[in-house]
Amino acid sequence: MLVSVYRYNPETDDAPYMQDIHIDIPGGKDIMVLDLLQLLKDKDPSMAYRRSCREGVCGSDGMNMNGKNGLACITPLSAVVEKDKLVLRPLPGLPVVRDLVVDMGQFYKQYEKIKPFLINDTPAPAIERLQSPEERAELDGLYECILCACCSTACPSFWWNPDKFVGPSGLLQAYRFLADSRDTATRERLAELDDPFSVFRCHGIMNCVSVCPKGLNPTKAIGKIRNMLLQQAT
Amino acid sequence: MVTSITSFGRSGLYDWMVQRVTAVVLVAYAVFMIFYLAFGDELTFEQWKGLFDGTAMRIFTLLALLSMAAHAWIGLWSVSTDYIKPTGARFLFQSVCGLLTFIYVVWGIQILWGI
Repeated sequence: MLVSVYRYNPETDDAPYMQDIHIDIPGGKDIMVLDLLQLLKDKDPSMAYRRSCREGVCGSDGMNMNGKNGLACITPLSAVVEKDKLVLRPLPGLPVVRDLVVDMGQFYKQYEKIKPFLINDTPAPAIERLQSPEERAELDGLYECILCACCSTACPSFWWNPDKFVGPSGLLQAYRFLADSRDTATRERLAELDDPFSVFRCHGIMNCVSVCPKGLNPTKAIGKIRNMLLQQAT
Repeated sequence: MVTSITSFGRSGLYDWMVQRVTAVVLVAYAVFMIFYLAFGDELTFEQWKGLFDGTAMRIFTLLALLSMAAHAWIGLWSVSTDYIKPTGARFLFQSVCGLLTFIYVVWGIQILWGI
Protein backbone atom coordinates (compact mmCIF):
# COMPACT_ATOMS: atom_id res chain seq x y z
CA MET A 1 0.00 0.00 0.00
CA LEU A 2 0.94 3.66 -0.34
CA VAL A 3 1.65 5.73 2.76
CA SER A 4 2.07 9.47 2.46
CA VAL A 5 3.79 10.89 5.54
CA TYR A 6 4.30 14.48 6.60
CA ARG A 7 8.04 15.02 7.01
CA TYR A 8 9.78 18.00 8.49
CA ASN A 9 13.15 18.29 10.12
CA PRO A 10 13.73 21.96 10.97
CA GLU A 11 17.48 21.41 11.04
CA THR A 12 17.75 20.23 7.44
CA ASP A 13 14.47 21.05 5.64
CA ASP A 14 13.42 24.51 4.50
CA ALA A 15 9.78 23.51 4.48
CA PRO A 16 7.64 20.49 5.38
CA TYR A 17 6.88 18.02 2.57
CA MET A 18 4.86 14.83 2.06
CA GLN A 19 6.91 11.67 1.53
CA ASP A 20 5.29 8.83 -0.42
CA ILE A 21 6.38 5.38 0.68
CA HIS A 22 5.24 2.06 -0.81
CA ILE A 23 5.14 -0.64 1.79
CA ASP A 24 4.05 -4.27 1.94
CA ILE A 25 1.75 -5.00 4.83
CA PRO A 26 2.20 -8.45 6.38
CA GLY A 27 -0.95 -10.45 5.78
CA GLY A 28 -2.95 -12.46 8.27
CA LYS A 29 -3.99 -9.72 10.65
CA ASP A 30 -5.32 -6.19 10.71
CA ILE A 31 -2.38 -4.22 12.08
CA MET A 32 -2.67 -0.84 13.80
CA VAL A 33 -1.40 2.42 12.30
CA LEU A 34 1.29 2.45 15.02
CA ASP A 35 2.57 -0.94 13.79
CA LEU A 36 2.73 0.53 10.31
CA LEU A 37 4.77 3.45 11.65
CA GLN A 38 7.20 0.99 13.17
CA LEU A 39 7.56 -0.70 9.77
CA LEU A 40 8.25 2.71 8.24
CA LYS A 41 10.78 3.49 10.97
CA ASP A 42 12.56 0.19 10.29
CA LYS A 43 13.01 1.39 6.71
CA ASP A 44 13.93 4.96 7.64
CA PRO A 45 15.08 5.45 11.26
CA SER A 46 14.94 9.24 10.91
CA MET A 47 11.13 9.16 11.06
CA ALA A 48 9.91 10.81 14.29
CA TYR A 49 6.67 10.17 16.15
CA ARG A 50 5.61 9.85 19.79
CA ARG A 51 4.42 6.60 21.33
CA SER A 52 4.46 4.90 24.67
CA CYS A 53 1.81 2.51 25.95
CA ARG A 54 0.62 1.28 22.49
CA GLU A 55 -2.84 0.53 23.92
CA GLY A 56 -4.74 3.82 23.91
CA VAL A 57 -4.04 4.79 27.49
CA CYS A 58 -1.12 7.24 27.44
CA GLY A 59 -2.36 9.51 24.63
CA SER A 60 1.09 10.00 23.05
CA ASP A 61 0.43 8.99 19.47
CA GLY A 62 -2.45 11.28 18.53
CA MET A 63 -2.16 12.13 14.84
CA ASN A 64 -4.17 12.89 11.75
CA MET A 65 -4.88 9.75 9.72
CA ASN A 66 -6.54 10.23 6.33
CA GLY A 67 -7.95 13.52 7.57
CA LYS A 68 -9.25 12.40 10.95
CA ASN A 69 -7.51 12.71 14.30
CA GLY A 70 -7.06 9.61 16.41
CA LEU A 71 -4.62 7.43 18.29
CA ALA A 72 -2.40 5.44 15.94
CA CYS A 73 -2.07 2.56 18.41
CA ILE A 74 -5.78 1.71 18.54
CA THR A 75 -6.71 2.55 14.95
CA PRO A 76 -6.61 -0.53 12.71
CA LEU A 77 -5.58 0.04 9.09
CA SER A 78 -8.93 -1.34 7.95
CA ALA A 79 -10.66 1.58 9.68
CA VAL A 80 -8.73 4.37 7.96
CA VAL A 81 -7.09 3.17 4.73
CA GLU A 82 -8.97 4.25 1.62
CA LYS A 83 -8.13 2.95 -1.85
CA ASP A 84 -4.95 1.36 -0.50
CA LYS A 85 -3.65 4.78 0.57
CA LEU A 86 -3.02 6.34 3.98
CA VAL A 87 -2.05 9.95 4.60
CA LEU A 88 -0.41 10.61 7.96
CA ARG A 89 -0.05 14.15 9.26
CA PRO A 90 0.71 15.62 12.68
CA LEU A 91 -2.20 16.92 14.78
CA PRO A 92 -3.44 20.07 13.01
CA GLY A 93 -3.06 23.53 14.48
CA LEU A 94 -0.09 22.95 16.76
CA PRO A 95 3.51 23.86 15.86
CA VAL A 96 5.45 20.90 14.44
CA VAL A 97 8.64 19.96 16.26
CA ARG A 98 9.60 17.29 13.76
CA ASP A 99 7.67 14.95 11.40
CA LEU A 100 4.60 13.76 13.37
CA VAL A 101 5.70 15.29 16.68
CA VAL A 102 3.92 18.51 17.69
CA ASP A 103 4.61 21.06 20.40
CA MET A 104 1.76 20.58 22.89
CA GLY A 105 2.69 23.70 24.92
CA GLN A 106 -0.38 25.73 23.97
CA PHE A 107 -2.66 22.78 24.71
CA TYR A 108 -1.19 22.23 28.18
CA LYS A 109 -1.35 25.95 28.92
CA GLN A 110 -5.12 25.84 28.47
CA TYR A 111 -5.30 22.75 30.66
CA GLU A 112 -3.32 24.57 33.36
CA LYS A 113 -5.72 27.52 33.15
CA ILE A 114 -8.73 25.53 34.35
CA LYS A 115 -6.89 24.47 37.53
CA PRO A 116 -7.10 20.71 37.01
CA PHE A 117 -7.03 19.76 40.68
CA LEU A 118 -9.51 19.61 43.54
CA ILE A 119 -9.88 22.82 45.49
CA ASN A 120 -11.47 22.43 48.88
CA ASP A 121 -11.15 25.04 51.61
CA THR A 122 -12.88 23.01 54.33
CA PRO A 123 -10.68 21.23 56.91
CA ALA A 124 -9.45 17.87 55.64
CA PRO A 125 -11.15 14.90 57.32
CA ALA A 126 -9.08 12.28 59.14
CA ILE A 127 -9.21 9.72 56.36
CA GLU A 128 -10.73 10.91 53.10
CA ARG A 129 -13.47 13.03 51.56
CA LEU A 130 -16.33 10.68 50.82
CA GLN A 131 -18.63 10.70 47.84
CA SER A 132 -21.91 8.87 47.39
CA PRO A 133 -22.06 6.48 44.42
CA GLU A 134 -24.37 9.01 42.70
CA GLU A 135 -21.91 11.85 43.20
CA ARG A 136 -19.11 9.67 41.89
CA ALA A 137 -21.23 8.74 38.86
CA GLU A 138 -21.32 12.44 37.91
CA LEU A 139 -17.66 12.14 36.94
CA ASP A 140 -18.18 9.29 34.49
CA GLY A 141 -17.46 10.36 30.93
CA LEU A 142 -15.20 13.15 32.24
CA TYR A 143 -12.34 11.62 34.20
CA GLU A 144 -11.43 9.19 31.39
CA CYS A 145 -9.80 11.92 29.29
CA ILE A 146 -6.14 11.08 28.56
CA LEU A 147 -5.18 14.51 27.17
CA CYS A 148 -4.18 13.18 23.74
CA ALA A 149 -5.29 16.51 22.16
CA CYS A 150 -7.16 14.80 19.31
CA CYS A 151 -10.30 16.83 20.13
CA SER A 152 -8.79 20.28 20.64
CA THR A 153 -6.70 20.01 17.46
CA ALA A 154 -9.82 19.00 15.49
CA CYS A 155 -11.61 22.16 16.63
CA PRO A 156 -11.52 25.23 14.33
CA SER A 157 -12.23 27.53 17.28
CA PHE A 158 -9.06 26.19 18.91
CA TRP A 159 -7.12 26.60 15.66
CA TRP A 160 -8.03 30.31 15.41
CA ASN A 161 -7.65 31.17 19.09
CA PRO A 162 -5.48 28.56 20.83
CA ASP A 163 -4.36 31.19 23.34
CA LYS A 164 -7.87 32.32 24.31
CA PHE A 165 -10.31 29.44 23.77
CA VAL A 166 -9.78 26.72 26.37
CA GLY A 167 -10.69 24.03 23.84
CA PRO A 168 -12.81 20.88 24.18
CA SER A 169 -10.27 18.93 26.19
CA GLY A 170 -9.66 21.70 28.74
CA LEU A 171 -13.39 22.36 29.05
CA LEU A 172 -14.19 18.68 29.59
CA GLN A 173 -11.67 18.79 32.44
CA ALA A 174 -13.10 22.10 33.69
CA TYR A 175 -16.50 20.46 33.99
CA ARG A 176 -14.94 17.41 35.61
CA PHE A 177 -13.96 19.64 38.56
CA LEU A 178 -17.14 21.73 38.47
CA ALA A 179 -19.16 18.51 38.75
CA ASP A 180 -17.08 17.09 41.58
CA SER A 181 -18.98 17.12 44.89
CA ARG A 182 -15.70 17.50 46.79
CA ASP A 183 -14.70 20.72 45.05
CA THR A 184 -15.71 24.00 46.71
CA ALA A 185 -14.37 26.49 44.16
CA THR A 186 -17.34 26.30 41.75
CA ARG A 187 -18.01 30.04 41.87
CA GLU A 188 -14.38 31.00 41.22
CA ARG A 189 -14.05 28.44 38.44
CA LEU A 190 -17.19 29.72 36.71
CA ALA A 191 -16.07 33.35 37.08
CA GLU A 192 -12.85 32.48 35.23
CA LEU A 193 -14.82 31.06 32.30
CA ASP A 194 -17.39 33.81 31.73
CA ASP A 195 -15.74 35.75 28.93
CA PRO A 196 -16.45 35.70 25.18
CA PHE A 197 -13.58 33.27 24.45
CA SER A 198 -12.88 30.62 27.11
CA VAL A 199 -16.15 28.69 26.77
CA PHE A 200 -18.31 30.66 24.38
CA ARG A 201 -16.05 30.32 21.35
CA CYS A 202 -17.50 26.81 21.11
CA HIS A 203 -20.09 26.80 18.33
CA GLY A 204 -21.11 23.21 18.93
CA ILE A 205 -19.89 21.67 15.67
CA MET A 206 -18.94 18.52 17.61
CA ASN A 207 -15.69 17.68 15.78
CA CYS A 208 -14.37 16.88 19.25
CA VAL A 209 -17.03 14.25 19.80
CA SER A 210 -16.48 12.61 16.45
CA VAL A 211 -12.71 12.20 16.94
CA CYS A 212 -12.39 11.39 20.67
CA PRO A 213 -10.63 8.00 20.84
CA LYS A 214 -12.11 7.40 24.29
CA GLY A 215 -15.67 8.06 23.13
CA LEU A 216 -16.13 11.10 25.38
CA ASN A 217 -18.42 14.05 24.71
CA PRO A 218 -16.80 17.46 25.33
CA THR A 219 -19.68 19.31 23.63
CA LYS A 220 -22.07 17.95 26.25
CA ALA A 221 -19.71 19.03 29.05
CA ILE A 222 -19.46 22.52 27.51
CA GLY A 223 -23.27 22.68 27.43
CA LYS A 224 -23.36 21.82 31.12
CA ILE A 225 -20.82 24.55 31.95
CA ARG A 226 -23.00 26.99 30.00
CA ASN A 227 -26.05 25.89 31.97
CA MET A 228 -24.18 26.35 35.25
CA LEU A 229 -23.14 29.86 34.20
CA LEU A 230 -26.71 30.59 33.15
CA GLN A 231 -28.22 29.33 36.40
CA GLN A 232 -25.80 31.41 38.42
CA ALA A 233 -26.41 34.58 36.43
CA THR A 234 -30.15 34.66 35.80
CA MET B 1 -10.50 34.93 32.05
CA VAL B 2 -9.78 36.56 28.69
CA THR B 3 -10.33 40.32 28.62
CA SER B 4 -12.02 41.85 25.60
CA ILE B 5 -13.43 45.35 25.36
CA THR B 6 -14.93 45.27 21.88
CA SER B 7 -17.42 42.45 22.38
CA PHE B 8 -21.10 43.35 22.79
CA GLY B 9 -21.48 42.91 26.54
CA ARG B 10 -17.97 41.95 27.72
CA SER B 11 -19.37 38.75 29.23
CA GLY B 12 -19.47 35.63 27.07
CA LEU B 13 -22.65 34.48 28.75
CA TYR B 14 -24.38 37.80 28.11
CA ASP B 15 -23.42 37.81 24.42
CA TRP B 16 -24.54 34.19 24.11
CA MET B 17 -27.90 34.97 25.72
CA VAL B 18 -28.47 38.09 23.59
CA GLN B 19 -27.58 36.08 20.47
CA ARG B 20 -30.23 33.45 21.31
CA VAL B 21 -32.99 35.86 22.34
CA THR B 22 -32.49 38.09 19.29
CA ALA B 23 -32.53 34.98 17.08
CA VAL B 24 -35.97 34.09 18.41
CA VAL B 25 -37.24 37.61 17.72
CA LEU B 26 -35.85 37.48 14.18
CA VAL B 27 -37.45 34.11 13.53
CA ALA B 28 -40.80 35.39 14.81
CA TYR B 29 -40.57 38.48 12.58
CA ALA B 30 -39.52 36.46 9.55
CA VAL B 31 -42.30 33.91 10.03
CA PHE B 32 -44.86 36.70 10.47
CA MET B 33 -43.67 38.45 7.30
CA ILE B 34 -43.62 35.26 5.24
CA PHE B 35 -47.15 34.37 6.34
CA TYR B 36 -48.40 37.92 5.79
CA LEU B 37 -46.99 38.09 2.28
CA ALA B 38 -47.78 34.51 1.26
CA PHE B 39 -51.26 34.07 2.69
CA GLY B 40 -52.61 37.65 2.86
CA ASP B 41 -54.81 39.20 0.22
CA GLU B 42 -53.36 40.79 -2.89
CA LEU B 43 -50.97 43.40 -1.49
CA THR B 44 -51.81 47.01 -2.16
CA PHE B 45 -49.91 50.15 -1.18
CA GLU B 46 -52.64 51.18 1.27
CA GLN B 47 -52.65 47.82 2.94
CA TRP B 48 -48.85 47.76 3.27
CA LYS B 49 -48.87 51.33 4.65
CA GLY B 50 -51.72 50.45 7.00
CA LEU B 51 -49.72 47.53 8.38
CA PHE B 52 -46.84 49.78 9.41
CA ASP B 53 -49.12 52.57 10.67
CA GLY B 54 -50.11 50.50 13.68
CA THR B 55 -48.12 51.00 16.89
CA ALA B 56 -47.88 47.26 17.51
CA MET B 57 -46.25 46.67 14.12
CA ARG B 58 -43.85 49.55 14.70
CA ILE B 59 -42.85 48.11 18.07
CA PHE B 60 -42.40 44.66 16.52
CA THR B 61 -40.37 46.04 13.62
CA LEU B 62 -38.17 48.19 15.86
CA LEU B 63 -37.59 45.18 18.10
CA ALA B 64 -36.59 43.14 15.06
CA LEU B 65 -34.34 45.94 13.83
CA LEU B 66 -32.53 46.29 17.16
CA SER B 67 -32.33 42.51 17.45
CA MET B 68 -30.71 42.31 14.05
CA ALA B 69 -28.20 45.01 15.02
CA ALA B 70 -27.18 43.19 18.22
CA HIS B 71 -27.22 39.78 16.56
CA ALA B 72 -25.10 40.98 13.64
CA TRP B 73 -22.62 42.73 15.91
CA ILE B 74 -22.04 39.65 18.08
CA GLY B 75 -21.72 37.42 15.02
CA LEU B 76 -19.40 39.68 13.05
CA TRP B 77 -17.32 40.40 16.14
CA SER B 78 -16.81 36.64 16.51
CA VAL B 79 -15.88 36.32 12.85
CA SER B 80 -13.40 39.20 13.14
CA THR B 81 -11.71 37.77 16.24
CA ASP B 82 -11.45 34.35 14.55
CA TYR B 83 -10.10 35.34 11.18
CA ILE B 84 -8.51 38.79 11.33
CA LYS B 85 -5.31 38.53 13.33
CA PRO B 86 -3.61 41.96 12.86
CA THR B 87 -5.09 44.22 15.54
CA GLY B 88 -5.31 47.30 13.28
CA ALA B 89 -7.20 45.49 10.53
CA ARG B 90 -9.48 43.81 13.05
CA PHE B 91 -10.32 47.10 14.77
CA LEU B 92 -10.97 48.73 11.38
CA PHE B 93 -13.32 45.88 10.39
CA GLN B 94 -15.14 46.15 13.73
CA SER B 95 -15.41 49.93 13.39
CA VAL B 96 -16.90 49.64 9.90
CA CYS B 97 -19.38 47.00 11.13
CA GLY B 98 -20.31 49.18 14.12
CA LEU B 99 -20.79 52.28 11.98
CA LEU B 100 -22.87 50.43 9.37
CA THR B 101 -25.03 48.88 12.08
CA PHE B 102 -25.64 52.29 13.64
CA ILE B 103 -26.50 53.79 10.25
CA TYR B 104 -28.98 50.99 9.51
CA VAL B 105 -30.66 51.42 12.90
CA VAL B 106 -31.09 55.19 12.52
CA TRP B 107 -32.14 54.84 8.89
CA GLY B 108 -34.59 52.08 9.81
CA ILE B 109 -36.20 54.20 12.52
CA GLN B 110 -36.45 57.12 10.11
CA ILE B 111 -38.22 54.93 7.52
CA LEU B 112 -40.47 53.33 10.11
CA TRP B 113 -41.69 56.62 11.56
CA GLY B 114 -41.61 58.46 8.24
CA ILE B 115 -44.44 56.47 6.71
